Amino acid sequence: MSTQSMTNQDAHAHGHEHHEHHDPVATKVFGFWIYIMSDCVLFATIFATYAVLATNYAGGPTSHELFELPFVLVETFVLLASSFMIGLATLAMNKGNKQGTMLWLALTLVLGAVFVALEIYEFHHFISEGAGPQRSAFLSSFFTLVGTHGLHVTSGVIWAIILLIQIATKGLTDMNRSRLMCLSLFWHFLHIIWICVFTIVYLVGAI
Amino acid sequence: MSNQHQSQESHEHGSVKSYTTGLILSIILTVIPFGLVMTGTLSATATLAVIMIMAVVQIVVQVVYFLHLSEGSGPRWNMISLWFTILIVAIVVVGSLWIMFHLNHNLMVGM
Repeated sequence: MSTQSMTNQDAHAHGHEHHEHHDPVATKVFGFWIYIMSDCVLFATIFATYAVLATNYAGGPTSHELFELPFVLVETFVLLASSFMIGLATLAMNKGNKQGTMLWLALTLVLGAVFVALEIYEFHHFISEGAGPQRSAFLSSFFTLVGTHGLHVTSGVIWAIILLIQIATKGLTDMNRSRLMCLSLFWHFLHIIWICVFTIVYLVGAI
Repeated sequence: MSNQHQSQESHEHGSVKSYTTGLILSIILTVIPFGLVMTGTLSATATLAVIMIMAVVQIVVQVVYFLHLSEGSGPRWNMISLWFTILIVAIVVVGSLWIMFHLNHNLMVGM
């Protein structure tokens, strides 16, 4: 019923174009886009908090002493590669290539998991050096910001695992197509947030 | 021929070429700011300006080549919500920094 009315609405708006079958997916992806925009606002508040507190070291370790840029560069490339892979997964999906979609999606989630593992290693390293979130306002806001991003990537990895199982059992149905489109938007969005993280947190902190 | 073009346009996810272009540009725009900060070739102010510009350019590159916002069946609403979000984000971030900077400034005057 609701799908029918959405299709009618879209067919009305784009009557001359021939992609009715595509519109229910596009509507869901747009809804997910609205969620991503609200997530941007969440990250904006956390970035603002970090920017305000970034130099409040409280006599503890400073960003210069803590951050290791080569390590962050590796993290960045892992996430960038996974962002590229999920793009290839959506391209394979458009061609109806189930095996290709699953292969690229699996590579995406492996790289995402590697990124999360690197981040957990970094957090553990900081905490074991006495630079935990309770040490100073700078570290509290650092762990909040980078940790929130890491939690998003973690949930993306879990989502990718579930989607992989669904594609394996049910194939490239319309439902799974819209799920993969939403996941790819989410994944690209997470890399865009990471660009802000490595610039504002790590690079500015190491200048 | 035109039919093929049409079907490609109706999908909102680009081609291998656009993803590869985005990837290469992103790598360049990542390596330059990291290189500048790690080697310290420029002054602190110049480095700050360059890495901020690189970040903005890389975000635009990713929005264009990875998200493909200009294509698809609902581009205007995607763009309108994106611009609205950019406005809110700017108000939140710039407003917070502005207020807190003045607060710090006033407290230091009192000291």
